[in-house]
Amino acid sequence: MRTHPAPVAAPIELILIRHLASRLAVPVFVVDRAGDLVFYNEPAEGVLGRRFEEIRSMPFDDWTTAFLPPGDDAIAVDDLPLVVALRRGVPAHRAFDIQAADGAKRTIEATAFPLLATGGEMVGAVAMFWEIGGP
Amino acid sequence: MKVTFWGTRGSIATPGEETNRYGGDTSCVSVEGNDPGHLLVLDAGSGIRRLGLEVDPAVTRIDLLLTHLHLDHIVGLGFFAPLFRPDLTITIWGPPAATPLVDRLGRYLSPPLFPVRLRDLPSSYELREVPVGPFAVGPFTVTAEAVIHPDPAVGYRVTHEGRSIAYLPDHEPALGPDFPSDPEWTSGAGVADRADLLIHDAQYTSGEYLDRVGWGHSSVDDAVAFADLVGARRLALFHHDPSRSDAEVDALLASARFARRTGEVFAAREDLPIMI
Repeated sequence: MRTHPAPVAAPIELILIRHLASRLAVPVFVVDRAGDLVFYNEPAEGVLGRRFEEIRSMPFDDWTTAFLPPGDDAIAVDDLPLVVALRRGVPAHRAFDIQAADGAKRTIEATAFPLLATGGEMVGAVAMFWEIGGP
Repeated sequence: MKVTFWGTRGSIATPGEETNRYGGDTSCVSVEGNDPGHLLVLDAGSGIRRLGLEVDPAVTRIDLLLTHLHLDHIVGLGFFAPLFRPDLTITIWGPPAATPLVDRLGRYLSPPLFPVRLRDLPSSYELREVPVGPFAVGPFTVTAEAVIHPDPAVGYRVTHEGRSIAYLPDHEPALGPDFPSDPEWTSGAGVADRADLLIHDAQYTSGEYLDRVGWGHSSVDDAVAFADLVGARRLALFHHDPSRSDAEVDALLASARFARRTGEVFAAREDLPIMI
């Protein structure tokens, strides 16, 4: 019998932000403290070209590759608002190009903020984004 | 472990004929392990007053774990006799927040709400915010996990000699996404995972819950669904609504027993000792 809980449950802040995001009309992208993708909502699916249910989760190295266009013109991973929010613990905002799963290149504007729990620990980060010139 | 319920009511104490059997005092549960000199207490609702009168003289150390600081969980603190015994060492644990625990608790234990200030208590006490990850409390190992309830609130898992208790008296897991489907995305699932005894919020009927979504509590049906989801062996329905009579709790218990897929369910009542 296990006497300690398995690390099965996500931090409550991630559970609540996911719950909130699933009810918003603005695209939302959520990563955990390790930077791994843990959720994006239905409006984000429209921009990213892929349903979240198809992937469920994605390691940091994979999503930063999957959704950024190849080549020297792409934004550096370290400059992504989400990465800035996670690593520096501050809000960040920027416009940059992404490459959707259907191959389409889109320009988005993203605002990210860190999720700092009441005890001060970093539990993840959230980005809200808009396609520039999009619907 | 010996678990005793001293208060099982939610929100406000409700003494009276209609609540005599399950009890009218608010949340308080004691847990005794293999150290006769140590007592673990979960929450300080009005039920803690009677516990304080019956603490064994052999007890020299008490750890009080507060899930959160809503009044029904701390209202009995000033009437807990051991706090006035200089020979006792007491540690009060609570959830972390932007304001230190001593300041938050001091708002209640100070005039004009209470005549004695926290700092004037004669016992040797300290206040500590619960850490991240398991920590030792007397003979027990305790894990605290933030859970869905308004204001900073945690649920506790207490383990001892291979047995486990999960205590989530105020908890609304149904507010999470797709409840009840995925333990990883369910509030409280970490501390409740396969607990031998799950003491869980069951304040509302399903009909009442529809009008109270976001208030931080569960329906009896959701308590059962949560217990099944995490694989808890026994479920204690807890935090009975103040408007609920004993007969109504009986009826809710009957429906809960029917709904539970695996495992036992009972309604927590005052003075009920349980061996885990």
